[in-house]
Amino acid sequence: MNTSALVVMLSTITLVSFLMIYFFYRVISTPPRPEPDSYLDNDDEPERQVPNH
Amino acid sequence: MSANKESWGSRVGLILAMAGNAVGLGNFLRFPVQAVQNGGGAFIIPYLICFLVMGIPLLWIEWSMGRFGGKFGHHSTPFIVDTMGKNRLWKYIGVFGIWTNIAVASYYCYIESWTLSYVFHSIIGTFSGLDQDAVSAFFSEYTSLGISTLGIPYEPVVFYVICLLLNTWILSQGLASGVERVAKIGMPLLIIFGLFLAFKGVTITAGEQGAINDSSVGLNFLWTPNFDQLWSPTVWLAAAGQIFFTLSVGMGTVHCYASYVRSKDDVALNAMSAGWMNEFVEVVLGGAILIPISIGYLGIDRVTELVQSGGLGLAFRSLPYLFYQWGDLLGTISGVMWFGLLFFAGITSSLAMGTPWIGFLQDEFNWKRKSAAWSFGLFVFLLGMPTVLFFKYGVFDEYDYWAGTVSLVVFALFESILFAWVFGMGKGWTEITSGADIKVPGIYKYIIKFITPLLLLWVFLGSLFTPKGGDWGAAISGTWELDNSSIIKKVMNSELKEKLAAATDPSAIQQLQDQLFFVNASRILLLAVFFSLALLVYIAYKKRVREGRI
Repeated sequence: MNTSALVVMLSTITLVSFLMIYFFYRVISTPPRPEPDSYLDNDDEPERQVPNH
Repeated sequence: MSANKESWGSRVGLILAMAGNAVGLGNFLRFPVQAVQNGGGAFIIPYLICFLVMGIPLLWIEWSMGRFGGKFGHHSTPFIVDTMGKNRLWKYIGVFGIWTNIAVASYYCYIESWTLSYVFHSIIGTFSGLDQDAVSAFFSEYTSLGISTLGIPYEPVVFYVICLLLNTWILSQGLASGVERVAKIGMPLLIIFGLFLAFKGVTITAGEQGAINDSSVGLNFLWTPNFDQLWSPTVWLAAAGQIFFTLSVGMGTVHCYASYVRSKDDVALNAMSAGWMNEFVEVVLGGAILIPISIGYLGIDRVTELVQSGGLGLAFRSLPYLFYQWGDLLGTISGVMWFGLLFFAGITSSLAMGTPWIGFLQDEFNWKRKSAAWSFGLFVFLLGMPTVLFFKYGVFDEYDYWAGTVSLVVFALFESILFAWVFGMGKGWTEITSGADIKVPGIYKYIIKFITPLLLLWVFLGSLFTPKGGDWGAAISGTWELDNSSIIKKVMNSELKEKLAAATDPSAIQQLQDQLFFVNASRILLLAVFFSLALLVYIAYKKRVREGRI
């Protein structure tokens, strides 16, 4: 490949892949909010419920 | 009360469904062709800039509009936009968010059915041993409803119906059990298939297995930047257009999916995650398959000629033949993976197109999910059959142009004005940042308020008054002659009329006259559907008033 094509291709692929992985990692590493939330999973887990005051 | 009590199963499921909504056939077929035609590697610069100043803002606008509307129990755009602007007419602008989806689904499901059919034909070995002309002829024969290799009469219609039944059945299972489950299976498979084909695409060696070029020739062709083209408004318009199609913004699907998210939950990070996932599939995978493989085996001249008619021809006429250069087994596997990948890309998008209509019927007329899903299937079938039966008369292209191109820009322009100027940027910013799991850069307040609507206006006006040959320099210097691809010339059928005036052969004249008839009939049909939906929205509004819900 010629240098300019290689530079454009590799920098684009690196940038896009990094940002895709970064934002997806942020999603899966963010702790879920207390129930009730928008999602059905973990709805019944006692430790996820909003504490009653 | 609305019968709509649905929820997403998980956050990752929602993001995969939203990414699946965005990832479509265009990621693999449209993006590389657009890049080749608009400056090669330099296309990526306007493309990424448009993603930053138009794509991401529109994603945030649509996600937060959807979540805002969901608070009031709205799951389709007519009443989502109605909650944001006081003027009663806004809900009729929102009709675009249902109409576009039904009209696009009706022809999109047809292409999706081709991919399903080609998976089947790859498995049974239909393309094995055929030369390139025979594979190309198979496609022509298929789309003109010619002789079927399986002996099934009207094979494309059968596959179209199977595809619609599959979509409808999945939709009838609900958000978490249907749409989300398909996304959770389809998206990872799509990425695995894509990675395999991309690996094959970048490891082609000239002289081996019939290849005439190394992969590097195709990659150079796609990625070598032609910086001169950066000054061309046509290139920027093409980049902005590609961002629209690839993100599925301006359709109403993002609003609908986001309307099931509670107000305390994040939309900002979700939108970024789904958006960048789409970009990964498009730029990294989409850029490494179609062009490198085609050029490896066909050469630059032939591919340049083929891309003039878009990526569909390469995908269906050439690749099935080229895969068999890798041997029978790998040819079959690659065919299944390529068309399987396109199928998953297609179905995750077409499922999204069904949800606004279903949400509307559930919210406004208390329909059950299953009945609403089957009504969508029937609606799409009736509207889609003309694209199947009269494909050669341009009905398919007509639907694609008005519903799949112009309508997106119009709706996105309206919604960006509504969000930033009518609803107000202050409230809009609160909606975007409320519950956000990332810090949204403050500069986006200004980008969303000024730059995004202006860009959208420019895209719309640029499409309305496209100068001849895309020569903006000549146009600005005083001789603004409209191109036949401009919306105005399209409305006037100028290109068809020019061809008709130049034709001398009676059969060609007859064909063009038939085409003119079908083009106009398609437009009337699409308009009739739009006004019927607007009438339904009016009836729903009156019902709300009667029930004291407004």
